[in-house]
Amino acid sequence: MSRIEKRFAALKDKNQAAFVSFTMAGDPNYDTSLDLMKALPKAGVDIIELGMPFTDPMADGPAIQLAGQRAIKGGQTLKKTLDMVTAFRKTDDETPIVLMGYYNPIFIHGVEDFIANAKAAGVDGLIVVDLPPEEDDELCVPARAAGLDFIRLATPTTDEKRLPKVLENTSGFVYYVSITGITGAATPDENAVGKAVAAIKEKTELPVAVGFGVSTPEQAAEIAKVADGVVVGSAIVRSMADALTVAGPPKKSFQKDVISAVKKLANATKRARK
Amino acid sequence: MTAHAPNSFRTGPDEKGRFGTFGGRFVAETLMPLILELETAYNEAKQERSFKAEMENLWRNYVGRPSPLYFAPRLTEHLGGAKIYLKRDELNHTGAHKINNVLGQILLARRMGKTRIIAETGAGQHGVATATVCAKFGLKCVVYMGATDVERQKPNVFRMKLLGAEIVPVTSGRSTLKDAMNEALRDWVTNVEDTFYCIGTVAGPHPYPAMVRDFQSVIGWEAKGQMKHAEGRLPDVLVACIGGGSNAMGLFHPFLDDADVRIIGVEAGGKGVDTEEHAASLTGGRPGVLHGNRTYLLQDEDGQIKEAHSISAGLDYPGIGPEHSWLKDMERVEYVSVTDDEALKAFTLCCEMEGIIPALEPAHALAHVAKIAPEMEKDQILLLNMCGRGDKDIFTVAEALGTEI
Repeated sequence: MSRIEKRFAALKDKNQAAFVSFTMAGDPNYDTSLDLMKALPKAGVDIIELGMPFTDPMADGPAIQLAGQRAIKGGQTLKKTLDMVTAFRKTDDETPIVLMGYYNPIFIHGVEDFIANAKAAGVDGLIVVDLPPEEDDELCVPARAAGLDFIRLATPTTDEKRLPKVLENTSGFVYYVSITGITGAATPDENAVGKAVAAIKEKTELPVAVGFGVSTPEQAAEIAKVADGVVVGSAIVRSMADALTVAGPPKKSFQKDVISAVKKLANATKRARK
Repeated sequence: MTAHAPNSFRTGPDEKGRFGTFGGRFVAETLMPLILELETAYNEAKQERSFKAEMENLWRNYVGRPSPLYFAPRLTEHLGGAKIYLKRDELNHTGAHKINNVLGQILLARRMGKTRIIAETGAGQHGVATATVCAKFGLKCVVYMGATDVERQKPNVFRMKLLGAEIVPVTSGRSTLKDAMNEALRDWVTNVEDTFYCIGTVAGPHPYPAMVRDFQSVIGWEAKGQMKHAEGRLPDVLVACIGGGSNAMGLFHPFLDDADVRIIGVEAGGKGVDTEEHAASLTGGRPGVLHGNRTYLLQDEDGQIKEAHSISAGLDYPGIGPEHSWLKDMERVEYVSVTDDEALKAFTLCCEMEGIIPALEPAHALAHVAKIAPEMEKDQILLLNMCGRGDKDIFTVAEALGTEI
């Protein structure tokens, strides 16, 4: 059983939804980012999504765009992102880690090398926004063959006819994008999300996590009632931006501030079904 | 990675939208159903005589096509070699080749029932063309433009406003064309129901590179006929400038299988391709994935996209249409670059010799013509695509020449 499967199974036994956090690797620099990553599981994060910074994140809103720019400015590279995972795994071999980003840095790193290095570092799954099923031969098929999960986005524009194609090579979990739009942009309509999640679950045994636009503990709790997981990115990344000094370096309270925001979201998710 | 030459260079892309390994559909899932719908709609439209007839009618009566093929006698004499012909797409309504493509896409948008048109623009020529055709049809038009470009292309910004378009200055990333395209894609992901994304060049996810090429190919087909009429034969050399590459692809495509025609694309070398400040993706970049397709890109060793630089805002893009990438690797088209300074010299030469103020974009092509024409025989023919006029550039040129207007 993979780490992702184990985690969803354990949460199912407790009748809880998974709380999935998104942070950008290397934001605002390698050390701060790694320290924060290490503190996430204790704050209630069940699955860590780690962003691979890219100059041109076409599906992301301003908060995550800026996080990527800070990380690149701080010297983050794809290799350093994999190093972070290696470092994290020295003290935590259970929390699933999913890398999320865009294809070009992976393509330039070399697909074969990337898969081997990610696997060796202890990465569990990949979300690559600009690789739809039509481009599965690029990365999805070889990554799955090597034992990495390839987590696909399903969206409100993925209709009934297209859904099987989206689910075909998906593994780990399905990431339902709750709005048409970019990350952090709008508030999802919980009724519509509930229906969409149910429709996906009719077609797959995989857990369904919901993200894009979930930003408050209240929203997280609503989503946790209808989905197997709640993904929060922009709201956490914004709390990180707020905990930076005007000049850029983190305030002394950086980790405390961010972890406190994460805890509120995680607790709301865990208590939702009680 | 040169492969065996195919039987024809004109059959691409394949059903996956690939030209060799280039092209493709590297977009977020939210957009995937939209580009599949667009592909179906385009394939249907191009089979229908009424679609083509409507487009040809507007090309003739609204744009002013066919654009003339002009023999440039003084330039020819001055350079002292090959006969130089100019395909005068700068005489089109709105002053550039961009409107050829915009008309096609907006007629398609109307067929698809879309009511809101979005576009990205660099120099503003594609934005002006889009705003123009939207005004003509009463469609809502939103143009994304890098804040840096808004500042350096004020006349075009005002033109677009006069035409009723909403201009959104883009401050994300580094505030130029690349970021404007990101922002337009973000808009499209958000407004999927009513919005049509009118891309201005032969880039983006399939079917855009092929569709824009098809609409722009009117340039090459006309030129082929006109050249036969004028000289009784095809030209020896074609030259066109390349940013994303739409005017070049439009001229080149009908000639790709004419093996005797040498074809040259001219990239913007900025301050020199050996510096950090240029826009020559083919000469100075390597293959990667951006804006929905795989193509040559200016990028660092970690796959982060670099900013392009050119005196010409219209060439200031770190990528290039995927079909050009393929034609480079197949060695069917030669790709070279010229610097800002060389382009400026060609700009003034064209003004003085032929009474034509060229846009800075085709001034790049002319700069290369000035290099090769003297080496050619006097009975050889060189055809240059004069794809835009320079009214928009007078401020930039004045500044570069140290003149106050």
